[in-house]
Amino acid sequence: MSNMILLGTRKGTVIFDRVDSTWRPRPIAHAGIPVCYAARDARDGTLWASLDHGHWGPKLSRSRDGGVTWQDLSSLKYPDGARHIVQMLPTPDFDPAAPTGQPAYKDAAVYKIWNLAFGSAGQPGRIYAGTIPGGLFVSDDGGDTWTLNRPLWNHASRGGDLFAGGATSENQWGGTPASIDYGVFEPGIHSIVIDPRDPLHMHIAVSSAGVLESRDGGQTWGPRNRGVTNDYLPNPEAEWGHDPHFVTACPAQPDHLWQQNHCGVFYSADGAQTWTKVSQPEAGVHFGFPIAVDARDGRTAWVVPARADMARMAIDGGLFVARTTDGGKSWQAFRAGLPQENAYDIVLRHGLDVSGDCLCFGSTTGNVYLSEDRGETWQCLGNNFPPVYSVRFG
Amino acid sequence: MPGQQLSAGVFGSIWLSGLNAMPTVTMTRHLYRFFPALESRTITAPAGSVAEVLRAVDELAPGFSDYIVDERGALRRHVNLSINDTIVIDRRNLSDRVPEGATLFIFQALSGG
Repeated sequence: MSNMILLGTRKGTVIFDRVDSTWRPRPIAHAGIPVCYAARDARDGTLWASLDHGHWGPKLSRSRDGGVTWQDLSSLKYPDGARHIVQMLPTPDFDPAAPTGQPAYKDAAVYKIWNLAFGSAGQPGRIYAGTIPGGLFVSDDGGDTWTLNRPLWNHASRGGDLFAGGATSENQWGGTPASIDYGVFEPGIHSIVIDPRDPLHMHIAVSSAGVLESRDGGQTWGPRNRGVTNDYLPNPEAEWGHDPHFVTACPAQPDHLWQQNHCGVFYSADGAQTWTKVSQPEAGVHFGFPIAVDARDGRTAWVVPARADMARMAIDGGLFVARTTDGGKSWQAFRAGLPQENAYDIVLRHGLDVSGDCLCFGSTTGNVYLSEDRGETWQCLGNNFPPVYSVRFG
Repeated sequence: MPGQQLSAGVFGSIWLSGLNAMPTVTMTRHLYRFFPALESRTITAPAGSVAEVLRAVDELAPGFSDYIVDERGALRRHVNLSINDTIVIDRRNLSDRVPEGATLFIFQALSGG
């Protein structure tokens, strides 16, 4: 069972330690700096925070002494020649019927380091990072140097190899609203799932494109969105154009994957070859951002539902967590310990985590809640934190 | 030489006083948090383009320019630079010239919350 929780917040990194059965927050680290993701690498105990500087550009920050001191790194950069097709933000006068012109290209620069994933025990130093504008980076030396995964960057679904010249295929990746803060409308990788059985096997999720899988360590990639019906598209069964909010897998049963998106909760029991919609709108389980899956049982998952899509806050002023233990056939709502009136919280995509029987989530309202009984009852760890972007057990 | 012709009078004295002075770099205090070695000292660099001056500051504080420009060398969106009281025009390649005696100012945009 974990004894640490890391919060990435708008005003820095908050670390809770479990001391004598009580969770105690330390003084905030990276004070004043937005931290969009914070996590602990269980292999060697290194703590990581992704700094989302408003002025100075994205940086990773690394602590090798348990959070006493931090070292900021500027090492994650796009290589010379990396370009992408510019995504145009839809405007009120956008005419989808108008003939499209030639694509515009832009030299790539990192806007946001959205999440991190750590390699297997047999790959010390291997770390993955997902970014806006949609690059997957790999480090094999604990973050000192990074390499862009070119097969994904050059994928036909992004227009092909733009290092070599102009687009050779149609770009299927759209922008994520999370990029608008940077004055652009570009895609982002927010979920990276490494198969514990086979480190060459991985899934990533892209807003807005969908889920992709590689079985050869990132040399080739293919879309895995079958069954993810996309209600708002002209063709709901389109291969691309999906906006998974977060994708995760069961560590002990890695073929059991879950995702939450605009159009519902989706579950796959076959390694994302097919997805099944397992929402229960009448019970409020439909729209939301985060999703967590049990470490041992791939059929057990938790969501923090919200009012879709134009409201994006707790349903009817009451906050609850829903759990399924049967692969989404049924859901049970748990409200004990959570506010049931005047609650307008929204929990973002990295804002929920599970470790053993413990779950924790934090909202953009600055409320943090913890359960030690698999989500059935909750205690408040504080109401006055900055807006919470990520929650991860250490 | 023009400088000798301008040696008399106010304009000439200013011009001459800056003749052999390397440009100075002044920055928002916010950056001292990340580069404390730059605090409480005068930062000078040889005259040249803004990009060259920033590279010179990098020599004093490795990694400094990563906070000012992105990996393409373009000025970050919420950073402004001025040479004396003139805002730098070329945000993409930072080719504006910082002449002898000038001051390069590094500002952060004011943004809320």
